[in-house]
Amino acid sequence: MGYILVIVQTLLALLLAPGLVGFVRWFKARLQNRRGSPLWLPYFELRKLFGKEPIVSTNASWLFRFAPYLVFASTVAVTLLIPLIAVPLPFDAVGDLILVVYLLLVGTFFLSLAGLDPGTAFGGMGASREMTIAAIAEPTVAVAIFSLAIGAGSTNLSSIVTATLSNPSATLSPGHVLAFAALFIVTLAETGRLPVDNPATHLELTMIHEAMILEYSGRYLALVEWASWLKLLIFFSLLANLFVPWGLATTLTPLAMLVALVTLMLKLAFFAVVVAVLETRIAKLRLFRVPELLGVSFVLALLAVTSSFLLK
Amino acid sequence: MTDALFALMILAYGAGVLAALMGGAGKLGRGAVALAAAVGAGAGTALGVSVIVSGTPFSLFLPDLLPIAGGFVLQLDSLGAFFLILIGLGAIPAAIYGAGYTAVYEDGHGSLRFLGVMFNLFLLCMGLVTMAGNVLTFLLMWEGMSLTSYFLVMTENHEESTLRAGGWYAAMTHFGLALLLAAFVLLMNGGSGSFADLRTNAAVLPAVARDAIFLLAFFGFGSKAGIVPLHIWLPKAHPAAPSHVSALMSGVMIKLGVYGLLRVVLDLLGGGPPWWGALVLGFGVVSALLGVLYALMEHDLKRLLAYSSVENIGIILISIGTGLIFHSYGLMSLAALALIGGLYHTVTHASFKGLLFLGAGSVLYATHTRNMEKIGGLIKLMPWTAFFFLIGSAAISALPPLNGFVSEWLVFQSLLAGFSIPKPDLAILMPIAVGMLALTSGLAAACFVKAFGISFLAIPRSTEAKNAQEVPLSMRIGMAILAVVCVGLGIAPVVVVPFLGKIIDGLGQLPQTMPGLTFNLTLQTPDAFGQISPTLAAVGLLVILGLIPIAFRIFRVNRSLRLGETWGCGRTGQTPRMEYTATAFAEPLRRVFAELYRPTKELSIDFHPDSKYFVESIEYKSEISPLFDRWFYDPFLRAVRFISRQTQRLQSGSLHLYLLYLAALLIILLLVARWL
Repeated sequence: MGYILVIVQTLLALLLAPGLVGFVRWFKARLQNRRGSPLWLPYFELRKLFGKEPIVSTNASWLFRFAPYLVFASTVAVTLLIPLIAVPLPFDAVGDLILVVYLLLVGTFFLSLAGLDPGTAFGGMGASREMTIAAIAEPTVAVAIFSLAIGAGSTNLSSIVTATLSNPSATLSPGHVLAFAALFIVTLAETGRLPVDNPATHLELTMIHEAMILEYSGRYLALVEWASWLKLLIFFSLLANLFVPWGLATTLTPLAMLVALVTLMLKLAFFAVVVAVLETRIAKLRLFRVPELLGVSFVLALLAVTSSFLLK
Repeated sequence: MTDALFALMILAYGAGVLAALMGGAGKLGRGAVALAAAVGAGAGTALGVSVIVSGTPFSLFLPDLLPIAGGFVLQLDSLGAFFLILIGLGAIPAAIYGAGYTAVYEDGHGSLRFLGVMFNLFLLCMGLVTMAGNVLTFLLMWEGMSLTSYFLVMTENHEESTLRAGGWYAAMTHFGLALLLAAFVLLMNGGSGSFADLRTNAAVLPAVARDAIFLLAFFGFGSKAGIVPLHIWLPKAHPAAPSHVSALMSGVMIKLGVYGLLRVVLDLLGGGPPWWGALVLGFGVVSALLGVLYALMEHDLKRLLAYSSVENIGIILISIGTGLIFHSYGLMSLAALALIGGLYHTVTHASFKGLLFLGAGSVLYATHTRNMEKIGGLIKLMPWTAFFFLIGSAAISALPPLNGFVSEWLVFQSLLAGFSIPKPDLAILMPIAVGMLALTSGLAAACFVKAFGISFLAIPRSTEAKNAQEVPLSMRIGMAILAVVCVGLGIAPVVVVPFLGKIIDGLGQLPQTMPGLTFNLTLQTPDAFGQISPTLAAVGLLVILGLIPIAFRIFRVNRSLRLGETWGCGRTGQTPRMEYTATAFAEPLRRVFAELYRPTKELSIDFHPDSKYFVESIEYKSEISPLFDRWFYDPFLRAVRFISRQTQRLQSGSLHLYLLYLAALLIILLLVARWL
């Protein structure tokens, strides 16, 4: 039963991810007084890309063609581990929060290599920036995990969720709030949103993620894009379900599942709105100001640990 | 059984020395030297495994061999056996690889005879270090190991840089030896030098003496392990040595510093106050971070790897330091967890760093350069080397499901357990260590994207790289063995971890730790704080990877492929000069950490005389100034030079003056003797 749940959860994530991105784009457009593209445009994008014949650079090696598969697979693997609609999960013993973080790093690592492979300056530029930001974001993630783990007595995702569920007052503890803020900043950086990277631009001076995947087309591009949308969904649902776990099904009754599904979509929509508003309100930071932002998030995470430590 | 294995080990290394003395050149000679070394290392590994499995130490007393200070005593317990296995793990692939690699010395720019002799002696001395049962044997073998490795570094002694590297190495290793001598003299306290006696005597030593011994041993062994700021010789000596020797030095020899530290601090001294652990942890954090930051700025492939060894030694020390802190607070199962993490990272690092050094050696073999800016595109010309180097790079970047991830996970888990430390001001350091470790691992990933991406991907940047050919079979086998070990240690930690638990069992009064740590298919830390199963994660990843092509068939995805030029904004023809360089790749991080690097930049542009819109040539030079060379070693060297110049005045060359010195010295000595 549990295994079916996990598979359903993964399929759900795959299905929702394009819609989530479509929603962010649509809402942002509305905020900017544009009509915006329809919500379901990303689904059509995927269909189009999967139907097209990709062109691969003659300079590129097998790694370039293999990377999208690995990026996609490692991101999908994460959705098997994180609580989306129910806890506990059958794969809890397979991986904890640390594995989740490092599985996502697999994608970053290979995508950066793929950026270097065709030999363009753009690809290298994107790869270099992506790795820089990933490296500087890493300590925040780790320390925020530390803070959550102290509270729950475990790095296990389901344990963190159940610990918060059984002790609701912990949600508003300073440690929790600060860790949430720290992880939110990291989410923006890791998923390539403003103010770190602008997902809507193809202007070479500012792009990071887009520069890296510039040489991809066809099914390869589809896999890479889908994986990055999935990553956004993963980060949003981690933020939602680790810090505000209410709504998650703890029993496998149809009603609880339905409630969980609806709350998940509401939570995702909430984060999508927040990101859309943020992206409308703030401008992109210069690349060399990004470390300062991430430095702030690191300090927040450290404060989170300190306070959960002192208040334990 | 163990006696036979020991004899085989000695005989094999002896045969290796003989084979090398008889020439060691030609395909046959090089093969014989390599075979002997591999057999010797294999026998050592078997000996180590049998000691750990049976739980009974192997001992051999030869009091007549050295009729002073207790004689020549060998005693191999499970801790030593672990490091003996580690030597085998590094030495077998390195020896096989060396059979092919040493062909570059056939033209006489390095003596094959000398190299073969020293290689076998080096392995022998390292093996005996782990077996030493008293102070004299230990120090003799330690020095033997240092000297043989010094001679191995000096293989290409016609190069100016090699001579300098050798000088640095000799100086640093003897600085360490001096500290170790002092530590052991204090530890012996006038008694016998056998480790068993030291263990019982150490308990009654005054606290000050114990502290002094700890500090001396930490910095003494630290100079061998390469902790910051004593790491200075690594980036000089490791690139200078032949690559299979670099692999051994970086993968195995520096780990014997860790062995010494564990032996003295945990076994002989039986642990100490919390600040010991905190000091080790602190130096570990600094070494890890600075190591990787300097590695990032390197464009010499082997220097980059050497700096990265500093980083990994740092990670090992982070884990051991944490273990020592837990140990002094009596948190024994957590101490065991941390030490297991440290040992796991030790064997992990030996495997991937060995692999990477062998890979760098293959690049050097094929292109005759270590400069990343001059290679590139090797993935098509040297597919095997590239594949192995990729595995090594992914492993060192701690990507699951490879071995680097497992050991870093263990280190993270032991740090996360740090909130159990009853003293808040010490416990609060743990999250900082967690953050720094995470930063280190993120930067390591960036560093190895650079190392692999620039060296192996895109288009070759020079004619040497364009004409590169895949290396011979023996070298590929050497790399393949280590690549398999990397994957194996990654997906089968449930086999390895209980083995490591057995090694630290009883060390420094650590209790039987197995009940506290349950390791079935999933790795689980005490109190179920964390659980992972890299095995299942690997299976899951493979299943998903396999499902994608199937889904492609079902949903009729377009599976054709067209080759085309790289898109270039309208320009036609792509040259290697348009590629991103290693310098450019590291530029963002150079800026972020500018406070540390203090980069200097020099840009000179020659314009066309008629218009400054036409550039004729651009020269860009950027250098970073290494912190420790500048603020620590340079002033020290200046002081030494100054003092030696001053003492030069005493040397007039006049016999009368020297006689006067002698007379003065005699009178002073007599006076001193009278006083006492």
